[in-house]
Amino acid sequence: MSALAPTPGQTVGPFFGYALPFDGGAELIPAGRPGAIRLHGTVFDGAGVPVPDAIVELWQADETGSVPQVEGSRARDGWTFTGFGRAPVDDTGHYSFTTLRPGPTEPHRAPFFAITVFARGLMHRLFTRAYLPLDPDTAAADPLLSTVAEDRRATLISRPDEHGFVFDIRLQGPGETVFVEYGAR
Amino acid sequence: MTQTQQPPLAPLTSPDSASASQAEINAEMAAISAKHIGAAETQPRLDYSPYRSSLLRHPTKDPHHADPETVELFAPVFGHRDVARLESDLTIQDGGEPLGERIVVTGQVLDGDGRPVRNQLVEIWQANAAGRYIHQRDQHPAPLDPNFTGVGRTLTDDQGNYSFTTIKPGPYPWKNHHNAWRPAHIHFSLFGTDFTQRLITQMYFPGDPLFALDPIYQSIIDPAARSRLVATYDHEVTRHEWATGYRWDIVLTGSHRTPTEA
Repeated sequence: MSALAPTPGQTVGPFFGYALPFDGGAELIPAGRPGAIRLHGTVFDGAGVPVPDAIVELWQADETGSVPQVEGSRARDGWTFTGFGRAPVDDTGHYSFTTLRPGPTEPHRAPFFAITVFARGLMHRLFTRAYLPLDPDTAAADPLLSTVAEDRRATLISRPDEHGFVFDIRLQGPGETVFVEYGAR
Repeated sequence: MTQTQQPPLAPLTSPDSASASQAEINAEMAAISAKHIGAAETQPRLDYSPYRSSLLRHPTKDPHHADPETVELFAPVFGHRDVARLESDLTIQDGGEPLGERIVVTGQVLDGDGRPVRNQLVEIWQANAAGRYIHQRDQHPAPLDPNFTGVGRTLTDDQGNYSFTTIKPGPYPWKNHHNAWRPAHIHFSLFGTDFTQRLITQMYFPGDPLFALDPIYQSIIDPAARSRLVATYDHEVTRHEWATGYRWDIVLTGSHRTPTEA
């Protein structure tokens, strides 16, 4: 049980653009490195219109499934995989990360990218997961996917493209992304 | 004359319509508060139509409860590779003294169990004393301050304390409705020890007359929760001949990690 009441969230507003993005924030590894993949997508509003003032954060395990815990998650030295990325969308609502394919952190678990979404007009951050494409049996065995209604499961699963994976985020409306709230301890 | 019922509020169609009056926005906010009174909603409503930009950007379905898995039980790790030591002073970044009331803002970052959140990144951004951001999209006709960028960063210390030296931001107009003004505020970005504790919020200043009129602040229905966003003037933090002082503590949600993982 939590003893203290948490501080409420507030919207990131429209003017985060000179504060939160940082050089290399979307490049968890250099694009030319062997094993580099792209995770990208578009943030849409309830009318299906791209949101031009959103920012997406990514947190993930490396290819072997281990979670980086080395100081300097925001630093970019070109060599260290820090597991943390931050990408503002462009004017077409599109974000793009250069990263590694995450490995499973535990045996028989489906690997995923942990995602946080912030935007003007969005009062509090949203959490979700971008799973790698997976077969129905693995989805059925996954502790989270198996509890999501089947007709909404696809919103959590990225689709492959030429360089990696596409994960669109729909804040509202048809195909609304499943957002996650972490249960109380 | 017969009494007539107040007509229902017109449906809202355009998220960027700035046509409503402050009185109309106030009535909408009061109606939502009355409907949810006692509901103890301590986080902002995602669906809060008085904040027009939220209309098409709030999820309509309940969030899916999940137990955090390994990757979500850890947070990024920050250190002085990420943050230069002088970035916590927003008054020395551009060579000259910025205009306005110099302030010190300090406080402690705790998790829901009261444990200090140590060595974690705290990022802030804000308008200048005239209420203007340096952001290109801010076209409010108030002066930019050549000596103030309004961006700062620091790390919490071993007790979870942070401190910034900055300039008190001014209130500013925004286009949510006719004659809409935001209370003065500083944006804060925080991490805990778990990814699940990530928080972006805003710190406000005590006694601001704009609180009651602001749909972003009022989107938190519970008055006690709302007031947790307001800093306290603290004379112990105030520095002789130099700056006024404010204290603002921040509580993140509880950690899901077991003590052995911490």
